[in-house]
Parts: sequence; C-alpha cells; structure tokens
Amino acid sequence: MKLGDLTELAARNLREAMLRNSLTTLGIAVGVASLVAMLSLGVGLQELASSRLTHSGLFDAVIVMSKSTMRGFGGPQQNEAADAAPARRLDDPARKELSALPNVVEVYPEVRFPTEIVFDGKPFSTTAAGIPESARADGAYDGMKGNFFSAPDAPEAILQIEFAKQLSDNTDSLVGKELSLRYAERQALPPDETAKPSTRATNKDASADEDEGAGFSVVTREKKLKIVGIVETEPAAGFGGFGRGRLLIPLAIAQTLKIAQPTDMREMLRGSSGKVSYDSLTVRVKNPAAVQSVEDSIKKMGFGTFSILDATKNLRLVFIVFDSLLGIFGSLALTVASLGIINTLVMAILERRREIGILKALGAADRDVRRLFFAEAGAMGLFGGIAGVVLGWAIGRALNFATNVYLKRQGLPPIDLSSVPLWLVGSAIGFSFFVSLIAGMYPASRAAKLDPVEALRYE
Amino acid sequence: MSEPTGTHAIRTEHVTRIYQMGESQVPAVNGVSITVDAGEFVALLGSSGSGKSTLLNLLAGLDRPTSGAIYAHGKNLAEMSSGELAHHRSHTVGMVFQAFNLLPRMTLEENVELPLRLAEVERAERPARVREAVDRVRLTARLSHRPTELSGGEQQRASLARALVNRPTILLADEPTGNLDSHTGDAIMDLLTEINRTLGMTIVMVTHDRVRAERYAGRIITMGDGKLISDGVRV
Repeated sequence: MKLGDLTELAARNLREAMLRNSLTTLGIAVGVASLVAMLSLGVGLQELASSRLTHSGLFDAVIVMSKSTMRGFGGPQQNEAADAAPARRLDDPARKELSALPNVVEVYPEVRFPTEIVFDGKPFSTTAAGIPESARADGAYDGMKGNFFSAPDAPEAILQIEFAKQLSDNTDSLVGKELSLRYAERQALPPDETAKPSTRATNKDASADEDEGAGFSVVTREKKLKIVGIVETEPAAGFGGFGRGRLLIPLAIAQTLKIAQPTDMREMLRGSSGKVSYDSLTVRVKNPAAVQSVEDSIKKMGFGTFSILDATKNLRLVFIVFDSLLGIFGSLALTVASLGIINTLVMAILERRREIGILKALGAADRDVRRLFFAEAGAMGLFGGIAGVVLGWAIGRALNFATNVYLKRQGLPPIDLSSVPLWLVGSAIGFSFFVSLIAGMYPASRAAKLDPVEALRYE
Repeated sequence: MSEPTGTHAIRTEHVTRIYQMGESQVPAVNGVSITVDAGEFVALLGSSGSGKSTLLNLLAGLDRPTSGAIYAHGKNLAEMSSGELAHHRSHTVGMVFQAFNLLPRMTLEENVELPLRLAEVERAERPARVREAVDRVRLTARLSHRPTELSGGEQQRASLARALVNRPTILLADEPTGNLDSHTGDAIMDLLTEINRTLGMTIVMVTHDRVRAERYAGRIITMGDGKLISDGVRV
C-alpha cells in the first residue's frame, strides 16, 4: 500500500475511535509535557547561569600580565611554549597588538584601588574600580537601580548594593546625590629633583607621559562624583573577582586620576625605562569559546595569562548530568504513556479483527497491516508530541511567571527560568514519535500475524 | 514448483488441510484433487462441515494446505511466500462472502476502491475502475451510501463490485446467496452468470443449495467429510 493511502486509512481509523485515541494522545502529550518542562527548566537554569557568569566578566576575559609580574604571583597557568618565549613589557604597543588579535573585543587596564569616600560628612573606606564603557552593552547592568554612566568620562559613580547600604538605609535615595572620592595621586617631579635621594622615586607610571624619566610624589586628592546607579554585584570583577570594587567609576576617569598603585614602587625599583607600562590588562573576548585560542595567541606573544576556562568546562559537565537526570524523570511519564498506546492498539486489534481479515482477503499483505498499525501509533505519538511541547512550554512559562512574581516581591530583577530552544522542540517531538513506534511494534506485529480465516469468522 | 500455463485456471493435487483441535487432528479437506478450466462456473456443493469453504479459502490463498498442491494459472500457492499470496488475493482472485464483509464506516465507493489501494493502483485511474465495477452490478446511484443504508441484495452487489474492481481472472464466492431472500438470491446468481458469460471469468461458488447449483453452475463438485464425492458436468 502506498504511503498516501496508508495515511488516509490510518487517519480514518483514528477518527473512528476518536475519544479513546484522543485520550491516548493526551496521555502522550502529558508525558512529553513533563519531559519538556523538566528539560526546559534545566536548559533555562543553564542559560541563566551561563549568562550571569558571562556577564560577571569571568568567562570571556583573559587577564594578561608581564611574565615578570606573574612570577610574583607564583606563575599561574603557563605552558611550555609560553615559558620558551621571552618576557615582554606590557606597554602600549603590546596593548595595540593584543587589540588586533582575532576574537578580541577590547583591551583595557585593570584600575582598582583602595580609597576613602566622604558622604554626608562621614568617611567610608572601600575599593574603587574603573569600568570600561563596553560594560554598558553586555547586559550586566540590566535591572540596576538608576542608570549606567551618562558618558565614558562622566564624573559619576555606581555603588554596589552592600556598600550603598552602609551609606544609607534608604539606598534608593542615594541616586542623584554626590560623594567625594579621596585618593592618592601620583604627581610627577621635575627631572632635576629626581637626582635627589630620599623621598623621591624614579617613576614609570602607566599613564603619565609627563612622568617619563622623573620621580614622583604622592599627593592626596579629592574628586566629586555623582551617584547615578546602584547595582547588585560588580559585574566585571576582572581578576577572578578578587577584591571586588564596591564603588564603580568610568575607566576613563579612573585612568586620568593618576592614582598611585602599590606596583609603582616595584616598577621603580626594577629600573624600567620610564615608558608607559601596565601591571595587567584585561582582554575581553567575543565569547567564552574563543578564550582558549586567544589565550594561546597571547602566550605566544610572550605574556602570562589567566582565565577561568576550566571552570566553564566543569560547569558544562555539571549541567549535562543535571539535564540527564531531569530528562530521565521526564521520560518516566512518557514511558507510562507508551503503555497507553499499546493498550489502545491491542484493543483496536480486538475490535477490528474482522476488518483485518477483510483487508487480508482483499489483498493486504502482513506488511500492509503492520504499517497501518505503525502509522496509527506514529500519528498518536506525533500529535501527542506536538501537544506535549506546547503544554510543556506553557508549564515552563507558568513556572517562570510564578518565580518572577516571587522575585518581584523580594525586590529582585526578573529572570528567565525556563527555556524551550528549537532543538528541544524537535527532539521532544521526535522522541515521542520514536517511543510511540516502539510501543506500536507489538500490536502491529500481532495484527499482521492474524490468521485471515479466523479473523473473518470473528463476530 | 509451477506447471505449464494451460487452460486450467485452478488445479489441486491431493490437497489436505488438517486442523489441530486440542489433542486430536481434524482433516477439514482430505486429499482433494480437482481441475477447473478457465471460464468455468463451478459450484462446490456440500452440507455444513463438508470442507467446501475450507477448500475455497485454500484456493483464495487465505489458508495453506497441510499437504498437496494448489495451482492457480500454473503457480503453486503452497510454495508461495506470504507476500506472494497477498498478491494472488489482490490480483488473481476476487472474493464474495455470505456476510458481504463490507467495511461499515466506508461508503460504497470507498469500499470498492479499497482493493485498488491495496494493489497500489494509481490514484488517477481509480475513479474509472470503481465506476466500471459499480456499473456492472448496477449500483451507480448508491455510490455515496454506506453499507447500513443498502439492502442485503445491494450489499452483496457492492461486495461483487469490490471483488471485480481489480479485474481478477477467478471469482470465488462463499455462499453468496446465503443471507438473501430467494428473489434477491436469484438476482445475484443472474449477475454471477452474466459476469461468467460476458467476462469469461472463472467462478467457483460454494453453496449448499443444490437447486441453485443445478440451475446456474456449469459443473457441480460435491464434497462430504472433507473428501470429493462427485464431480460432474451439468448437461
């Protein structure tokens, strides 16, 4: 029998016992829905975690340091190739070279310093961090109170929520107010004074050209900043999140402040030439998948690198196990539903015994009868799968809605808890179809083997 | 094994069909050898349990003999695979049953079309073939009716149209008038005779009605207890 005729006959048979077949299909739909709901939760959580971690700046960033600096840290994650390359200074030409690497979005220095601020006449100690303008677009500041910096060099500040709580019980009221940032500015000395010993030092600061070849003094400064926003965490924690910034200012501002860094003294003692150099640079990569290749390229350039790539791999493994467990639980319902298919089709054989006999008498081969029952099982699986995906998606949305209502009451930003990607839609329908065919094997085989003479005698 | 194709439409050689009934074996057909020539109208006559319907099922390829050989146009059904038997049922023979055996949820047209679907006849060709078969049994006006909307005689004519639609060479009828009144039964028998004469189709009809057999069939084969009792050409 041709496929078109087979489909028509199967559809006709399914319509004949509409109620029973609909209930069986509904059983499959519920099974698929539980599978889809479980997996969509797993996928949603994975995407949520990946998104948060990506936005944290940990997984798409490579920290680049001069090898001499890394030796100070105990030399993390250096391979043999990197060891073989000569140590290079992390200066502006190197920064340009890094920016030109494939998959590199931007390269910026790490500016993070301990400071004191004055707010409402009271002093507060904290850590400040410079935030690049690119951070605005990566979604990390979604849901923050207030706004991101109005301009790359705006004298503005964003507070981390815990720090904001120290400043005021009513954190919302802080937005729009002003604070004073106290910091230690590295100030250039005239060249003739550098020859003098004692309190002067030979400066080779990262950002001050006028310091070139000169020593420096440290002067206390103060800068007024307007609070424009409050964020839950510092999204771009940079160096593995250590010493997270609680007061965030535009990176351009942070660089112009010429803040004295603890490494300034070390650089001076090393007797470097006085050219611009950086303690470390953060290389932001297009996506976490490109981190490894970028890291390899940087190592070949003669720099030390640090990233949390391995942690990403482990995270992926954890989610694969998690998804598998959810999938197994979800499949249990589908297994029960497949028993419903077997039951329905076995009942259909009993009811249609005579019809099967007639079909065989008219020339139907065993194969035709088997395919007819397979087609009926497959159709139930297909429609059950489609309905199940819709139902599973709806369950996921309902869970999402309920979660976000709860989060809103807690004053937290909304999240996307469940996700039904296209691959899940296709796999769920395919799996349902496949399971239904497996379930249809026994009834189909039984129907095909019916003795036509016996079947024709059946009343 | 096959035999040379001659004028024989059907030939059986010592055909035996034994059923296992618990511990005992019951021979429903026991060593029957007959020959039916192409274009013959043969009546298989016998009382209930004589084995005539079992023999008809064997000729149709619905059942397999325990021993012996059955040749249809020279091909031995006993040696055919399940698929080949299905092809035989679809293309070589057409069957008419006492209980009509129409599918109740299909219209007359759909019932008649069913063998064409099973024989994988092209969709475009089917309406004409259905029309031809239905015209032959004079049921054109009832094409869209379901079996429950037809009389017994009409149902049997529909069943006959379904048997003819694949243009078989042999028509096997199992008590075709058994469920009909005398007048309607005669009309069906007239139709069978007409088909036999106009199409030259070989007809083997099982019946226990000696009067009808003698009136319509060209030859009567009588069976009893599974054995061949007599085989005579009616003059």
